[in-house]
Amino acid sequence: MNTRTEKDEDRRFNESGIEIKPLYTEAEVAASKVENGEDDDIGAPGQYPFTRGIHREMYRKRPWTMRQYTGFGNAEDTNERFKYLIATGNTGLNVAFDLPTQCGFDSDDEMAKGEVGRVGMAIDTLKDMEIAFDGIDIQNVTVSLTINGTAAIMIAMYLVMAEKRGFDLKGLRGTCQNDILKEFVGRGTWIYPVEPSVRLVADTIEYCAQNAPLYSPVSVCGYHIRESGATPSEEIAHAFCIAKAYLDEGLKRGLEIDAFAYRMSFNFNIFGQFFEQICKFRAGRRLWARILKKQYGAKNAKSMWLRMIAGGGGSGLTIEQPENNIVRGAYYALISALSGAQTIALCCYDEAYTIPSPKAQRLSLRTMQILIEEMGLTDTVDPLAGSYYVETLTNQLETEIIRIMDDVEKRGGIIKLISNGEIQAHVSKGAYEHQKQLESGEFRKVGVNCHEIEEEDQVVEMHPYKIEDVEKQEARLKKVKQQRDPAVIGKALENLGKAANGTENIMPFLIEAVKAYATVGEMNQVLTSVFGRYREPDIFKEHANVAAE
Amino acid sequence: MMGKTRKLRILLAKPGLDGHDVGAKIVARSLIDAGFEVRYTGLRQSPEDIVIAARDFEADVIALSILSGSHLPICTRLKVLIDEYQLSDRLWIAGGNIPAEDHQSLHQIGVDAVFNTSTSLSDIVAAIKEKASEYAN
Repeated sequence: MNTRTEKDEDRRFNESGIEIKPLYTEAEVAASKVENGEDDDIGAPGQYPFTRGIHREMYRKRPWTMRQYTGFGNAEDTNERFKYLIATGNTGLNVAFDLPTQCGFDSDDEMAKGEVGRVGMAIDTLKDMEIAFDGIDIQNVTVSLTINGTAAIMIAMYLVMAEKRGFDLKGLRGTCQNDILKEFVGRGTWIYPVEPSVRLVADTIEYCAQNAPLYSPVSVCGYHIRESGATPSEEIAHAFCIAKAYLDEGLKRGLEIDAFAYRMSFNFNIFGQFFEQICKFRAGRRLWARILKKQYGAKNAKSMWLRMIAGGGGSGLTIEQPENNIVRGAYYALISALSGAQTIALCCYDEAYTIPSPKAQRLSLRTMQILIEEMGLTDTVDPLAGSYYVETLTNQLETEIIRIMDDVEKRGGIIKLISNGEIQAHVSKGAYEHQKQLESGEFRKVGVNCHEIEEEDQVVEMHPYKIEDVEKQEARLKKVKQQRDPAVIGKALENLGKAANGTENIMPFLIEAVKAYATVGEMNQVLTSVFGRYREPDIFKEHANVAAE
Repeated sequence: MMGKTRKLRILLAKPGLDGHDVGAKIVARSLIDAGFEVRYTGLRQSPEDIVIAARDFEADVIALSILSGSHLPICTRLKVLIDEYQLSDRLWIAGGNIPAEDHQSLHQIGVDAVFNTSTSLSDIVAAIKEKASEYAN
């Protein structure tokens, strides 16, 4: 408490390195005011700078979308789980793909051995996409595709599937993750070198702006950068630098900022300290609005909105005493609800072990529903506004995020720093330092370095990996291939190659190939033959030299 | 296998398509700090890539990081190549999201030590030193 004298060992800092004082008053709020801010930085919800939320009524009008992450085995398995999730109250879907699909390999590829359907659903052709969403009203239960390396292919498949089902693309909603720059920092499902990878993202942005204007082709992820070792303020700063890089690509295509910025969405992490997380979102929301208005000259308020999914929290979970993860999940959900997130995807307590069981999925969903139905979290907007601590920390985090963004800019910009591995090296050093603090006990983690118990045998039920699902998938792929017209496929892939070689938007050519039931692997092979493959920079080189001396 | 004049060499590899490299990079830094010579392969290595890298680096230790659940098929395929490339005298370790029930199967395939995501860095370093000295004798 604040009755103690402030000795050095009593000083406390949050993960962003900001000192936390024992008490906050109006004086701290005033002293922390952000440089070049507005007269009134807090403002009203639904109004610039949107500190209090992007909508006037927020959850009072509509609670956040509940979008649990799922997908495994083949399209039938996943379709069944989707329907279970919808039946238990999910209001959106968040699709997990297996690694071969994410990395551009067909299920019968040598590189796919042992990985088909393991961490997500296998998609080889349009046929699988059709089965996965069969019987699901994808306009009311919107779908988020968590895929990056092959995102352009998956968006093409999704749009073709939706159109075949009779949905008008002009009104189709949905999201694709499609944030390739962060894949080079964390998550790692890159395929092509940085430059053509960014071109593909720009192609999807341009195509959707013109053909599917309500579809969000990109969800910029601070999430995985945070998981990889970044602090909360670095998470937001790097994500904003990446988002700006995509906006700049859109502008280079001749799009007006207000013609596409409003479809940009974001994905952020929710593990960490309670107030730091909440203020991170409030600070980020305000800063994004300022960036769009002041740096990009956006006129439409929707372009300034930080629309976000707050999710996961996987790195906050522990193998030790996995039931503790249920409690952590509840706090993470509360953080999201107090942060004004549009969508929440809450981690499941068994995630440190396995693909979540239906029961664990339901428990995470119920955690959010309890906040909505019992706890009154949807009754009033941004209830923490005006708290001396919350407003001070919001100001301080915004200032810190701006500092990091400026630093990235000064050092050559985010694309350069990702290409040469500097961001990766910095973030992974952060993860190493954190791990050392965890092991020394300096960073406290319940069940890990304090309040440990003699662990009982594993209490979670492991997700079964069924080899027959893989066989089924391979059989379907074979059958689809047999039923195709080789001349049509050949022509479509040839056209795709030509487009990749040129500067035209590649999306219409992917769509043509998808309609002919070209496989993910075939399309990826064409693109790889033109673009080449990404090679990771060696971030340990400095050490290798030291070792050689 | 180990020369007395040089540092113990560890090849740290990410087999298969798994992109979770936070742990591998943490372990790499920790092993470097512990005085080992470490080469990190980066992501998406085929079993062939791994044995070739181990041979060329003259690795004393082949370390795998796998979080996708594909450890059994990957290690089974790798075993054949490790024998073929005459690397079976090297210490072979694996870490990641590996359920306890699979540890025995991995040992049977030929993996010398298995670590899970909650193993401390100091335990990994100690285990490598201990196992490596067993090998040296």
